[in-house]
Amino acid sequence: MKQKELDGYQEFMKGLWKENPTFVQVLGMCPTLAVTNSAINAVVMAVATFFVLVGSSFLVSALQRWIPSQVRISLYVIIIATFVTLADYSLLATLPAVHKQLGAFIPLIVVNCIILGRAEAFASRYPVKYAVLDAAGMGAGFFLSLTMLGTVREILGTGTLFDIPLFGKGFEPWVTMILPPGGFITLGLLLLLSNWVTKKRAEFLKQVAAAQQEGL
Amino acid sequence: MSDNQVMEKEPSNFTLIFSMVLAGLISGVAIIGVYNATLEAILANKAHDLQQAVFRVLPGVSKMQKLRFEHDKLNIVTDTLADENVIYAGYDSAGKLIGYAIPNEGPGFQDTISLLYGYMPDKRKMVGNEILDSRETPGLGDKIFKDLDFVANFKDLSVDPTIVAVKKGKKAKPNEIDAITGATISSKAVVRIMNLARERWEKRLPPPGGEPELKAN
Repeated sequence: MKQKELDGYQEFMKGLWKENPTFVQVLGMCPTLAVTNSAINAVVMAVATFFVLVGSSFLVSALQRWIPSQVRISLYVIIIATFVTLADYSLLATLPAVHKQLGAFIPLIVVNCIILGRAEAFASRYPVKYAVLDAAGMGAGFFLSLTMLGTVREILGTGTLFDIPLFGKGFEPWVTMILPPGGFITLGLLLLLSNWVTKKRAEFLKQVAAAQQEGL
Repeated sequence: MSDNQVMEKEPSNFTLIFSMVLAGLISGVAIIGVYNATLEAILANKAHDLQQAVFRVLPGVSKMQKLRFEHDKLNIVTDTLADENVIYAGYDSAGKLIGYAIPNEGPGFQDTISLLYGYMPDKRKMVGNEILDSRETPGLGDKIFKDLDFVANFKDLSVDPTIVAVKKGKKAKPNEIDAITGATISSKAVVRIMNLARERWEKRLPPPGGEPELKAN
């Protein structure tokens, strides 16, 4: 098998939109639905995931030569779990209030399939530079989608954004939005939006191409 | 660049076990490192949170000390351990005892609720309450600390004969509290945890005049 040509910029950018882990790959749904009931929770969760994703992709890629393929998944899990523990303790020491809110979901980053997925599908096959760029892109895409969900749900569900009240006293919070059903509804609508935009964009590009051909 | 598709010779069992053990060791060392590095900050955060909570549940307190019920009396302790035999005594700036902050925990609607309430033994009244840790339903059960009307229930509450949760708006007696509409189980859990703590400490608290002195520090 020939090594495919890599472009660092492309490897980073694909995670943001074209292969966005949440909206396109639909991976990591558990934290996506569970901790996006406020913007700050979503942001902290995404930053912790970003850290674990980049750290473990770096190590998996750097050590690929020495990892026996028979035990590779167990080794990936050890690497990921170590990074998660680092993130867990650092959060507990620096942001105890947010850590309390996120509860069990920080340790559960270990089983987030985006991380193991990138380690197995990308980091273990490509050089360190591209593995880190790929992980950073995926992490950034996860950050974007989680922040979008968290923002929408917090504004509708509590009438605040990052705990700053947006509306006057007359605002009646739409409590459902911060409960699990609100997570599913918001995610569904955002998936719809992202698919619609992708479709429109493809149609537009097609039209441009057709117009250019006619012009020739 | 090495080609992944071409399998080299099957590695020996020893190689596989060795690589797992090595990874485990390195991971263990890293985790111990971060644990030791953050332990101090984590304990300081917890102690700070608890101290702030004591000051909030006991209005007018400016100094506090930790007491543990051991050998049938209250002893002043300075360790960081917390268990069901520990309470915190709050004193005013002149060193006079104002009341006790009593922690307790018990089952809530989803997970353990742990709380700290302020109690003035001379008035036999509860004067404040703070939920330290809970995982009640966001938007409903978490009103046990977010709903200011519910929190205000505990600012002037008689503990005799026991605390009783009644339907919202039906509070008539000094020992009754208005439960939260939609979170009756969480409201009742809070009351039950308080009543259990009250029973436990009823006989343990010293009689008037026998309060532990504030140790000068």
